Amino acid sequence: MKPASHHAQNTYIGGHIERVEDYRFLRGEGQYLDDVSRPGQWHAAFLRSPIAHGRIRKIDASAALVMAGVHAVVTANDIEGDIPTIPFRRPNPTIGPYAQPIIAREKVRYFGEPVAMVLAESAELAEDALAAIVLDIETLPPVIEREAAMSDKVLLFEDVKTNVPTVFNADKGDADAAFAAADYVIRDTFYTQRQTALPMETRGLLAEWDAKLGKLSVSGAAKLPFFNRKAMAKMMKLPEEAVDYIELDVGGGFGARGEFYPEDYLVAFGARKFGHPVKWIEDRREHLMAIGHSRECSSDVELAFRKDGVILGMRGSLYINIGAYVRPNGMTPVRNAAQFMSGPYRVPAIHLDAYAFVSNKTPAGTYRGPGRYEGCFFIERLMDQAAAGLGIDRLEIRRRNLLTHTEMPYPLATVLPSDGRAETQCDSGHHLEPFELVVHDSKWAEKSALQGTLIDGRYHGIAIGSFIEGGASGPQENVRMELHADGKVGLYAGSSAIGQGLETILSQIAADYLELPMDRIVVFHGSTTYLKEGWGSFGSRATVMGGSAVLDAAKKFLAAFRTHAAARLGVTIEEVTVSEGVARTADGRSVPLSEVIADGINVDGSFKNQTPTYTYGSSFAHVAVDAGTGHVEIVDYVVADDVGRIINSMTLHGQVMGAAVQGFGSVFSEELVYNDEGQLMVGSLADYLVPLASDYPVVRCHSLENWPSPTNPLGAKGAGEGGIIPVGGVVANAVANALSSFGVKPNVLPLSPSRVWEMIEDARAKV
Amino acid sequence: MKVTFTVNGAAVSADVTPRMTLADCLRHELHLTGTHIGCEHGVCGACTVIVNGDAVRGCLMLAVQAQGASVTTVEGLSLEEGLTPLQEAFKHHHALQCGFCTPGMLTTLHALLSEEPDASEERIRDVISGNICRCTGYVPIIEAALDARASYQQARGDK
Ligand code: FES
Ligand code: FES
Repeated sequence: MKPASHHAQNTYIGGHIERVEDYRFLRGEGQYLDDVSRPGQWHAAFLRSPIAHGRIRKIDASAALVMAGVHAVVTANDIEGDIPTIPFRRPNPTIGPYAQPIIAREKVRYFGEPVAMVLAESAELAEDALAAIVLDIETLPPVIEREAAMSDKVLLFEDVKTNVPTVFNADKGDADAAFAAADYVIRDTFYTQRQTALPMETRGLLAEWDAKLGKLSVSGAAKLPFFNRKAMAKMMKLPEEAVDYIELDVGGGFGARGEFYPEDYLVAFGARKFGHPVKWIEDRREHLMAIGHSRECSSDVELAFRKDGVILGMRGSLYINIGAYVRPNGMTPVRNAAQFMSGPYRVPAIHLDAYAFVSNKTPAGTYRGPGRYEGCFFIERLMDQAAAGLGIDRLEIRRRNLLTHTEMPYPLATVLPSDGRAETQCDSGHHLEPFELVVHDSKWAEKSALQGTLIDGRYHGIAIGSFIEGGASGPQENVRMELHADGKVGLYAGSSAIGQGLETILSQIAADYLELPMDRIVVFHGSTTYLKEGWGSFGSRATVMGGSAVLDAAKKFLAAFRTHAAARLGVTIEEVTVSEGVARTADGRSVPLSEVIADGINVDGSFKNQTPTYTYGSSFAHVAVDAGTGHVEIVDYVVADDVGRIINSMTLHGQVMGAAVQGFGSVFSEELVYNDEGQLMVGSLADYLVPLASDYPVVRCHSLENWPSPTNPLGAKGAGEGGIIPVGGVVANAVANALSSFGVKPNVLPLSPSRVWEMIEDARAKV
Repeated sequence: MKVTFTVNGAAVSADVTPRMTLADCLRHELHLTGTHIGCEHGVCGACTVIVNGDAVRGCLMLAVQAQGASVTTVEGLSLEEGLTPLQEAFKHHHALQCGFCTPGMLTTLHALLSEEPDASEERIRDVISGNICRCTGYVPIIEAALDARASYQQARGDK
């Protein structure tokens, strides 16, 4: 399908368009959850298990209940019948027993699991009361790391006899035959550490129950308002229409915010049971132990090559620590790591087993580029080692294996058991283009002299790597377009805004296709009150899915305008043409859009698509490693991707650059560390070290739109995550290159100064 | 306890508990919700307000300590309508995405550039490294700050 053309006079799409959201944010007028309050609201605080694995003997809240300002304490005993469990978004046949109950009843399975909720007059009083609750827990041996978990000696769920809920198999061709025929095989083990997305606004909710109407309203929605509404209605035994999810401004998502969490149910339960609005704002320590973790993955993988450097096959095992329960999308990183590890390379034969195992850590979910960041780290490390082993230049070996446009669509491995996405294929593209762009812009030829050299006490190294980024997750998105009384066009979208500039993007698309100035479009989004059904913002989908639905609505809107105008002009519809907000006849009569306001225009648009888009690209890193301190400086970093069609070059670069810098945090400093008892040792932003302004001053990015996606009329591809995907592999390879004289293998992340220093010292000791 | 101080040029008083932070007082008692809370332990800088000319973490200062002080929040940095040159530069350089860190960035930079309108890129980076932004990667924030210097240099000249 050729991308639809747009009117030459309106060229918002593709431009560097400043955002409509910014005005309110810059003036301090954003409306985030904690900026909203209701008269008579109570505040919630959660008592969380201080024990990683244990049996609850007793919870005594009597002392808390008599404290001034404390209204109620909710424990599992207040929930009638079975404790509801939080829903799966991607179910598979074996995960049922591992669902998370919304509050612990008999057992606690991680440090931070909710065991009680206090409702009080203020957040402070609620928190004070937590300290007065007596919690008696019999400690069980904690299961922390892979070996203990996979041995099944201590079970988290005694009824199901294994700590491994699912093993996904990714298959393509005959991997064993490929290895039997190989000239060269490289095999190694790797580890990516546990992390979290860490949006700057913590989570929170405001729930209100209208007893007269029997309606529940939940403010603070993000990502998946429609799915969560369905889930909440089911758990509350309410009809779906009786639950509204209201989106406000949201301080970042990155995959973690907006999934259904235990607190979501409990806060709503409190509001309904006691008839008061209940507000909960998570504090940062709580956030670190309660929001979805991600990325903890170890692997033992191998690549088979022909002696000319062509990849023949890939084999191995991946082990993902998904924490204590299977959360709504807890399996996504697991199956993604298996399906996407081959990434941008032509790998004809694949067999990977991806083990998801439970442990007494916080349950996992997704974080930007889930599974893809991990897989990219593994394969890029193998590629550089293979280049050395085969004696082939690192650029050359990649050129021989990167996908080209003649192979599109290119099928990836099939992943079973199916979670609905077993098969997928790269939709379009020529991977050598961003690759060569990066080679050129990074001045690779000049810089290759640097490899491993010592300059002013620091070792310099360079590396390049490539990635694919899946986007535009299906199944559908809906919008409604309405002509308002003031002549503006209201656009009601099912997609959610999580800080990515959604209002601007959708306005641009609508304005171009309606041929109206952008300020005539007003976007409303993410709340279930606007539309009967919508989906949300996950898997880099809002631009493609929401944007394509906008096209559909715009077409219908213009048709309705033509119909009204024809009636007013007393001619047939065919005699009317519409452009730039005016309907005209051939004899020069016209009706502007503002004149048909009374006739009313209210149309629905939708877009269905089960086929993901694949943005792809390459990145380059130049590092300087101080062997004395283990500190690594990013001297230069370049990333280029092809996104099919650029809607807004400014916000696109913002996404890519922001993601790349988050990736530096992943590579160097962010780690959720647990001790042997299963206690999270990271309690503040002084322990969980995200990148700061002084850390990584140089990131450059380029975006291409050479290969539009055939899957949608815009030709666009999801592009919110790609920037982070290659960072682990590329930076680790650059460090390996810098330290080549020591022969170190940076296969374990993060590359903290102490780890880098130790690698060097170990290498020195061996000599 | 009653505390009286000036916020954005207007005298205010609030009835606060001794443990209430200045940030909470501004947000919940005075309904100035532009000041955000990202950590409550002094690391993220989202709560930064200007107290007697200095950028201060609103979560590390108690409301009672503001007695008699002059406090400026992001609302106070804003015009009746439109954007200031610093805000305009943020918009132009796409120095904000979710906007949650933005008020703290603006107050921090305003305090810095009012004092040092010629601040170097390195100096700006150094000062801003006390404010966490998870979205932008900081590069555009630095660009915006560098751009906005001209208006502060001009303001100094006008004095
Ligand atoms: S909220 Fe004050 S520094 Fe983070
Ligand atoms: S814009 Fe989101 S944290 Fe800075």
